[in-house]
Amino acid sequence: MPANEFNGFHDYGIGLGLRVPHYNHILEQKPVCDWFEIISESFMVDGGRPLEVLDEILEQYRVVQHGVSLYFGSADKPDREHLKRLKALVKRTNTPWLSDHLCWGSVDGTYSHDLLPMPYTFAAAKRTAEKIKQVRDFLEVPICVENVSSYAAFHQSEMTEWEFLSEVVERADCGILLDVNNIYVSSQNHDFDPYDYLNEVPSHRVGQMHIAGHTKFEKYILDTHDHPVLDPVWKLYNHATKLCGVTATLLEWDDKIPSFDEVHHEALKANEFIDGAKKAQQSKTAKARA
Amino acid sequence: MMQAVTRPLGPGDRMKRTWEDGRATKEVVGSFSRDNDRMSGVERLEIYNRMYWFRTLDSLYEDLPGLRAVLGERVFMRLIETYLVKMPSRSYTLRDLPSRLEGFIRANRKLTAPHTSLAADMVAFEWAQIECFDGATRPIMTPHDLADTPPDRLKMDLQPQLRLLVLRYPVDDYAMALKENAMRGEASNAVDSATTTTRPAKRVRRPKPKRTYLAVHRHEGSLYFKGLELASYRMLTAIREGKTLPQAVAAAGPRASATKVQEWFTNWMHLGWFCLRK
Repeated sequence: MPANEFNGFHDYGIGLGLRVPHYNHILEQKPVCDWFEIISESFMVDGGRPLEVLDEILEQYRVVQHGVSLYFGSADKPDREHLKRLKALVKRTNTPWLSDHLCWGSVDGTYSHDLLPMPYTFAAAKRTAEKIKQVRDFLEVPICVENVSSYAAFHQSEMTEWEFLSEVVERADCGILLDVNNIYVSSQNHDFDPYDYLNEVPSHRVGQMHIAGHTKFEKYILDTHDHPVLDPVWKLYNHATKLCGVTATLLEWDDKIPSFDEVHHEALKANEFIDGAKKAQQSKTAKARA
Repeated sequence: MMQAVTRPLGPGDRMKRTWEDGRATKEVVGSFSRDNDRMSGVERLEIYNRMYWFRTLDSLYEDLPGLRAVLGERVFMRLIETYLVKMPSRSYTLRDLPSRLEGFIRANRKLTAPHTSLAADMVAFEWAQIECFDGATRPIMTPHDLADTPPDRLKMDLQPQLRLLVLRYPVDDYAMALKENAMRGEASNAVDSATTTTRPAKRVRRPKPKRTYLAVHRHEGSLYFKGLELASYRMLTAIREGKTLPQAVAAAGPRASATKVQEWFTNWMHLGWFCLRK
């Protein structure tokens, strides 16, 4: 499903996260890149350099918004002022879809600035789905929720993470930003088979994918976004593209950021798997016709 | 869980072993966080506890190089940790973390003694730069706007990004001395946000008190700060408060000669500091 209602029916190809160290290169060299993902919060400002850069980028490139502070899983109601700022940015970027994380991170207006894991309960799924719907109705743009990498698990959980994700997106009737690296990281930290996860999520709802690098420690894996994508993640990505079809994919590289060309080169490795998925899709269609 | 994530770390940057009420942390955290075959529930939550502190402290550390220089690393770290405990973030963005620090420093003088006033001034100055960096700019008032409307009816305002400060210490000079590759201009001092030093220069002496009036502003994408005289500060403040131009000139006081006022005004117009009031 290359383009679906959850990504505004856009087949965007392979994108990169727009990061400050690359600003000058992008603005001066105007390299070919399918699209850029921006962190919404970095541009929810009143003026200055961030918005000047964004406007210049928008003249040349397609931009998709990705957020880190909607906290769909927090019990707090959506902050109307926050949503107004976000909506102004949505209008500015004309983002075809908007993503944020399936997590919580604030309590009564106090913020952790982290993407904290949720207890996988039916009550939490119901409340989270309601919040996603409220946000979508206000912003008037399709929403994709991203699975986070996690290091802790709760006694209260009533289901697996992928069951929880499915429960939330079905209830909210929203899309999924499938972070393949996060699935791998969490699978190692929580001892599950990442292929079970992929096989069980509603693939028709996947509107975008993330790939990234991570760091392995003695007892756990940390989602650091400071490395090239590792082999087990590419393998998972290969499987994911076969299940979901060719989907807009973004490489996240947020720390120890190398040159633009190096990051772009790493991202374009996804093409190998995308080509495979396209062929598989074509042969499937041909067989069906025959 | 939020409490467990945001509690100050113990020795060795580890999660504290005892909870606030005297119970073992293992007991409290273990009641909701599950073990796996490699790590206890406490160890797993400790990852978040450490990340919270590393993230928030790093953010303040990067944003406040001047305050670090005033206080030294040890006092600075103790101050910001106490600040985050007493006044945790109320904003969705880390950018806003220092927003309440000046007030906190003034209300908790022991934490920064004997440099409380200097520390508070420096935070006010550094926070003004953060606000100015991405503050709003409205269409600049032009000479035509001035010519079209009589001065006493002209509704003018200062650009929202412009910040005016009254300080007890010349922190601008101090900050400049701390910065490598500082650019000096005749009319103003340029601050390139991309070249902010991360390590304070050790040889720079803390400044002595000197009443200082400053404007922090943005021009063509770069941050600048400009020293003001008391009279010019009063004039700008009056304009920000919605006074007419003649009232603002009167606010400058009798010592501000017509020539001086004209010189200031021309310079401010050139810098694009004025816009029309909404």
